[in-house]
Amino acid sequence: MPSHEPTAAERFINGIIPENPVYRQLLGMCPTLAVTAGMKPAMTMAAATAFVLIMANIIVSLIRGLLKPHLRILVFTLTIATFVTIADRVLAAYLWEMSKALGPYVPLIIVNCLIISRCEICSSKQGPGVAIADAVGMSLGFALALASIATVREILGAGTWFGLPVLSATWWPTWGVMMLPPGAFLTLGLLLGLAEWIGQKKKQSSA
Amino acid sequence: MSETSPKSGYLRQAWLVILLALFYGAALAGVQVTLGPRIAKNKLNETYEQVPKIVPGADQTKTVPRTVKGEVDGKEYSVYQAFSMGGDHVGWVVPASGQGFADRIDVLVGIDAPLETITGLYVLDQKETPGLGNLIVKNEEPDDFCNRFKQLQAEPTLEVFKDEPPPGSNGIRALSGATISSKGVANAVNSALDNLKGPMGALPDRPPSEPAAPTSETDKREDD
Repeated sequence: MPSHEPTAAERFINGIIPENPVYRQLLGMCPTLAVTAGMKPAMTMAAATAFVLIMANIIVSLIRGLLKPHLRILVFTLTIATFVTIADRVLAAYLWEMSKALGPYVPLIIVNCLIISRCEICSSKQGPGVAIADAVGMSLGFALALASIATVREILGAGTWFGLPVLSATWWPTWGVMMLPPGAFLTLGLLLGLAEWIGQKKKQSSA
Repeated sequence: MSETSPKSGYLRQAWLVILLALFYGAALAGVQVTLGPRIAKNKLNETYEQVPKIVPGADQTKTVPRTVKGEVDGKEYSVYQAFSMGGDHVGWVVPASGQGFADRIDVLVGIDAPLETITGLYVLDQKETPGLGNLIVKNEEPDDFCNRFKQLQAEPTLEVFKDEPPPGSNGIRALSGATISSKGVANAVNSALDNLKGPMGALPDRPPSEPAAPTSETDKREDD
């Protein structure tokens, strides 16, 4: 049985591109759309999600032998909610402005299916080493996805990247819609299409 | 033994959940005890930092928090009495909240010492539509939303107009495309002032550490 489970390295690699949470699994759409108007909030969200995912994966992996099948989701949720609350309080204590800017989206990490799916798929079945590799890989994949969308939206919408001016305000009329929800949907749709197109191309060339 | 009794069955099933809940609860209590004061300080700092910006002449370090009981709802509220460097009472900062388009809007209202003229407004927290309603936070240019409240009277009730307010009126021009957010802020200011103006006027106009009035020669010299 264990021989069929992916190794730590496979888990790690899978999370980044082949099973990217946003582009391949379409998980975590709420923060993907809501906090990608700029790089700063997007990367804070990615870091908070990474913290919760890594901690939840470690705990669930350590207690996996004790889990009762019908109570496992309850244990996952309890664990995730605890670490989300810690992340939320830490942001409010040390990054007050960012915590205010992210608003309800930090507590909403609790319902990010990316995290509970990793508990279910990986950490409740494999040891802590693999679980950490899986969490780090998935976190990187999630961060890359958020960064790609936030880069497009912030540069086109505000002419800046990480708050630093990229496009000159004199010839770039900032494209306000990119900062609004429609900009998030448009960007996500186009980038999803692009990712799918690249995937198809690769498949064809390898066939 | 009692292996077949349902009670021990539940415990056998749920002991891990109960144990984890206790453990996590304790951990969160620890986090709250450690970070709670810092978070409360962040919130308070934000209010204090705004005091000199919305009450002209006020000194941040001379701000005195006061608790007043609302005239309308009887609840207790914190207000901030602003003093100048020299200890003169220059105004008040009143926290106010009202319903916006998306969620509650929290603002700070600056008002002069006699509680007659609004001297400034700052939006502490809002979740209004980006690009439309969230423009209520702007306070840099003279025509930005927060600055439209400057020099308005505390009475009569503030009104919100779609266009430039007619002469002699006590009101603001709404943000275009965000009338509900604009009204939310105006309502917040109105209800807070209605509720708290009376009890605030009854407070002493000196910082608590200083005597209410110099009673002897020595006191006078200390004041100088």
